[in-house]
Amino acid sequence: MKHLLSTADLTKAQAIELLDIAEDMAEVRTREVKKLPTLRGRTVVNLFFEDSTRTRTSFEAAAKRLSADVINFSAKGSSVSKGESLKDTAQTLEAIGADLVVVRHSASGAPQVLAQSGWIHSGVVNAGDGTHEHPTQALLDAFTIRRRIHGSSSRGADLQGLTVLIVGDIVHSRVARSNLWLLTTLGAHVTFAAPATLVPLAIDRWPVDVVHDFDEALAVKPDVVMMLRIQTERMRNAFFPTEREYARLWGLDQDRYRGLKPEALIMHPGPMNRGLEISSEAADSAQATVLEQVANGVSVRMAVLYALSALPDADILGRPE
Amino acid sequence: MTSYLIREATIGAGDRADIHVSGGVIAEVGVGLSANGATVIDADGLVALPGLVDLHTHLRQPGYEASETVLSGSQAAAAGGFTAVHAMANTFPVADSAGVVDEIYHLGRSAGYVEVRPVGAVTAGLEGTRLAELGAMARSEAAVRVFSDDGKCVSDPLIMRRALEYVRGFDGVIAQHAQDPRLTEGAQANEGAVASELGLTGWPSVAEEAIIARDILLAEHVGSRLHICHLSTAGSVELVRWAKKRGIRVTAEATPHHLLLTDENLRSYDARFKVNPPLRTSEDVQAVREGVADGTIDIIATDHAPHPIESKDCEWAAAAFGMVGLESALSVVQESLVNTGMIDWDDVARILSVTPASIGRVAGQGHSLATGAPGNITLIDPAAASVFTTDRLAGKSGNSPYIGLTLPGRVEWTFFRGRATVSSGTLVPVDEVAA
Repeated sequence: MKHLLSTADLTKAQAIELLDIAEDMAEVRTREVKKLPTLRGRTVVNLFFEDSTRTRTSFEAAAKRLSADVINFSAKGSSVSKGESLKDTAQTLEAIGADLVVVRHSASGAPQVLAQSGWIHSGVVNAGDGTHEHPTQALLDAFTIRRRIHGSSSRGADLQGLTVLIVGDIVHSRVARSNLWLLTTLGAHVTFAAPATLVPLAIDRWPVDVVHDFDEALAVKPDVVMMLRIQTERMRNAFFPTEREYARLWGLDQDRYRGLKPEALIMHPGPMNRGLEISSEAADSAQATVLEQVANGVSVRMAVLYALSALPDADILGRPE
Repeated sequence: MTSYLIREATIGAGDRADIHVSGGVIAEVGVGLSANGATVIDADGLVALPGLVDLHTHLRQPGYEASETVLSGSQAAAAGGFTAVHAMANTFPVADSAGVVDEIYHLGRSAGYVEVRPVGAVTAGLEGTRLAELGAMARSEAAVRVFSDDGKCVSDPLIMRRALEYVRGFDGVIAQHAQDPRLTEGAQANEGAVASELGLTGWPSVAEEAIIARDILLAEHVGSRLHICHLSTAGSVELVRWAKKRGIRVTAEATPHHLLLTDENLRSYDARFKVNPPLRTSEDVQAVREGVADGTIDIIATDHAPHPIESKDCEWAAAAFGMVGLESALSVVQESLVNTGMIDWDDVARILSVTPASIGRVAGQGHSLATGAPGNITLIDPAAASVFTTDRLAGKSGNSPYIGLTLPGRVEWTFFRGRATVSSGTLVPVDEVAA
């Protein structure tokens, strides 16, 4: 595997292997010395055309724990904000000597363009592109679910038979897309719950059920409820009328939280709008995985960086020694 | 001036004949004509069509000469078998005055490869708020008859109504770029399954169809001529079919790319496939083909839209809309319509020459190949099939979506007013053409 651009590209075996490597990486983090020498002498560039301190920090921590040299290249304050093209930026990084480029971009497909372009020869990790995909977020979500469900016997396990409800702004969500492909590959059944304005058009061939009533979707007692961040500026283009109506119809409020089955997981990719899409009671409950997701994100990203740089040519990923 | 004897050409879908071109006109069409000192062209196996006429070309001059000039665009046109093009108004400055359209007209004349017919803007500066000086452009030397804000929609219904009415006085036509601006804010791709998967903001069919429906009714109300640019959806075909049945004076064009390519091509995020209106679904492609075959869609127009490398060598959202199309148009029409048995070569002459000349009111173009007609002739080899490469491109820009595809047909000769602009498959140099 040379690039990670989309979870739709992963086979079930590859996905499970990545998650298993992430388990190994999580173990490393419990050791006294939390570092592996695996990527010593390699350079990982975090190329962020869009602000995201969370994701960038997570990739940075992951790369450093694998002993890679890390260069953070953010659009702000760089020549990118002065109109430098993706091509010139990429070629600059190539000249500097990047072994792996982790790219976040507001344009859907930008990581794929970078990977196909010939402008650079390094591997490309998609760290979120427009409204397309965010594969490492989906991997860390799957990892988090698997750990909660299977605990210490997670290795090798899939998510067969689990029901996952993803709620909110699906149409603009790269997290929802990446999760749908990955969770389905791992055997879970996904349902989207959202007003029709926030569901992409013509998705009848997607492996998903779509429900336009949150309470109806909750009535079947899903194993996982994943809340998406709603951006209030969406109101301007009439995707929904008011924050108040959104919170009332689509928020995981107290009553809806209390109606979940006790072992149901509550997930959120962060940052949360407390009181809007999620109540504090739900967000701070023991069922919530929000902080675990952040912690697991580092392990999963270590696994991805490892797999792409140590084993770029392997079809099925190898395991770290 | 050289005279030519074109021997044994197949005239459209009809019989073989010799064509004698002399003094800028077709001197004689017949069987077994004698050379009499004319240059003899062995046209055995070649199809002769009246010189092609494009109603929708972006020549980019003045203002965007890095992409194309009137000269380079004229060369691309000749290479594609065209003898006339209509230069769209979205230049800088905008072609919204007699001065600018006359400049473009004269640049076309001095280039000498094709007849360049400037299109006038409907509204001043393409801003959609007040009419450009349509009458002045109509009465200028360029004698503009086609008016369009192409690239932008004349979305204000009152402005559209007035424009339709106003140009009736000089037999003009409004060519509408049908795109509701509010329904397509930030639009990047056909709204549908592919765009949803790729995370690209949708350009819904209804944004085209709603404007077409409105404008058809406006045209009926005021009794004026309306032309629909680059019709791209199955629903639009239905609307135009309905309008024609009602006797409304509407004509429509489809582009070659909407006859062959679909939004499935976008999966590569290769910006060469970014175009406005966007590539649609295979169902739309089929409906557009059927619309051409049954006459609902009157003509094929290229929407030749050159862009410099940097406008396409980038991420999808940053890329410019548009693709070059003059050099590939005939091959794509052959591939999608002739080789599928939907139309014959007489139909090709109609949709790529006779009717576009008639819509644009271009007197010296679109004549069938008969004695006394202007010497505008295209000879193509329909049996030639080859991989389309940048060698086939004669304009300044290389943003063709067909590079690497195998396409049938090749333009062997183009004659413009009796002079060869393409000779044995090669573009004739500028000094010989302009001489």
